[in-house]
Amino acid sequence: MLAGSEGQVVRQAMEIVAALGKIYEAEELVVVGSAQIAGVSYKNLGEAGLEFLEEWASQGARVRVPAFANPAGMDLQRWREMGIRSDFARQQQRVVDALSSMGVQLTCTCTPYLVGHVPKAGEHVAWSESSAVSFANSILAARTNREGGPSALAAAITGRTAAYGLHVTEKRRPTHRVDVRCQLLNEADYGALGYLVGRQVCDGVPYLRLWPDLPLGEAGLRRPTQEQLMALGAALAASGAVALYHIEGVTPEADQWPGVVEQQGLRPGTSTGRAHDAKVQAESGARLTEITIGGLDEGYAALNSPLGEIDFVSLGCPHSTLEDLQRAALLLDGHRVRATLWITTSRAVRERAERQGVVARIEAAGGQVFADTCLVVAPVEELGFKAMATNSAKAAFYAPGLSSLQSRFGTLEQCIQTAIEGRWAGSRPGGMV
Amino acid sequence: MKRLRGRVICRGKARGTALVSPAAIGFLGGVDPDTGVVIERKHPLSGQCVAGRILVFPTGKGSTVGSYTLYRLHKNRLAPAAIVNARSEAIVAVGAIISGIPMVDLVDLTQIHTGDRVSVDGEDVVIG
Repeated sequence: MLAGSEGQVVRQAMEIVAALGKIYEAEELVVVGSAQIAGVSYKNLGEAGLEFLEEWASQGARVRVPAFANPAGMDLQRWREMGIRSDFARQQQRVVDALSSMGVQLTCTCTPYLVGHVPKAGEHVAWSESSAVSFANSILAARTNREGGPSALAAAITGRTAAYGLHVTEKRRPTHRVDVRCQLLNEADYGALGYLVGRQVCDGVPYLRLWPDLPLGEAGLRRPTQEQLMALGAALAASGAVALYHIEGVTPEADQWPGVVEQQGLRPGTSTGRAHDAKVQAESGARLTEITIGGLDEGYAALNSPLGEIDFVSLGCPHSTLEDLQRAALLLDGHRVRATLWITTSRAVRERAERQGVVARIEAAGGQVFADTCLVVAPVEELGFKAMATNSAKAAFYAPGLSSLQSRFGTLEQCIQTAIEGRWAGSRPGGMV
Repeated sequence: MKRLRGRVICRGKARGTALVSPAAIGFLGGVDPDTGVVIERKHPLSGQCVAGRILVFPTGKGSTVGSYTLYRLHKNRLAPAAIVNARSEAIVAVGAIISGIPMVDLVDLTQIHTGDRVSVDGEDVVIG
């Protein structure tokens, strides 16, 4: 491939994979099972990114492993309802056309694992959206670094990636032990936790011990729901650059690191939410930083601006599951929203919800269910919203910078109530803010 | 004539006048893709044009979209003739590869000064 026998683009793609291998001192290249390709929204790509994709497409580049796109800057079918300008829509369409002609599936989602793209445990993949990377590594035990847009595309075209970072077992070892000493009741609590931990851990690998015991879930297992894990991973990757986390008794690789569990010596009763920064020697000899999270108030405070009037409520970052759409529909039945309500999800999940009549119920209340896009990558700053509410810690973290929007952050129930009232509806159960 | 040896990030040949930065370069917001001029305020190269130069700097920094800024410089015929780094990182490396800009790293940058005539050929960097 490097010699150019398979054409110019394959050679360039192979050069990217090989260069990353050199830079990060990989010992080998590995075959990838799939690629998830970010850098799809025209808002982020700009003219240069579009030109690049069109050039590769025009030279006949084709992916050789299943490859699927991250969200675009708009719902590819209902962009007018979002208020997207037609010139933006035209350029966005060129981006997805270029990707599509290279064989990239237009799933346009950060949750490919909800729509049939579930890598096997131990499988090497090249995914790029940060919450998708986190879910693939942490919950599915697949192996991926956080690829950039061009490097994920290069991996898709060559079918290979350089085996550095999280492709290597030793790099999946926990760097921080996080003792969580407060209750986690809902997805917002998991998001606030992710925000607090990500801020301290940066690009480390946190090993979380949840306390007190989680409530009994389905099949009698004590574990967070899928939505809660998605919220946690997305927040860890937003305030920090966490691409892999472990939760004791929950995530599949947690029990591979017994040294982390056996190491004791916590100060009981600490409730500051700050790191002790006590570097201690784990059984393995690796250095481990201990963090205690005593409460979530600091996280909620950082993610909440003191807003009363709310004109925009955005759910679905990461993309909503079918269950979340069903919850939202139930809360909206018999009501009418005053604020604009967007729920963003993948095309496939929207279609399932549509078949069940769930989309119709949300729309009957004045809400909108958009596919292919999300708050973080759509040109929301051009749509004239003043104040946002969201149940996503990741969205609340990015909205001021990426969308010029201040936000309120709480549970799905609080956000739906806020959409109905047009005012921020609520203090956190059992907490301040 | 001095002959240095580095590591190929993007193989190619180029010859030009060196423009040396003691500080890292972030292309997104750091270099104007429509003029080739360094626009990052307080950057040691601020106001200088990178077009056609052998651009020498320790490493890259900043947003990953910077890869596309390099590509846009290339499309505008304003790209550096070659890039020489002390230690390359992913953003500039990817940008150089998709733009076909010869790039070498692991080079002793103290040997190169702004204004030197430099040629890059694969891993060889020849000054003078």
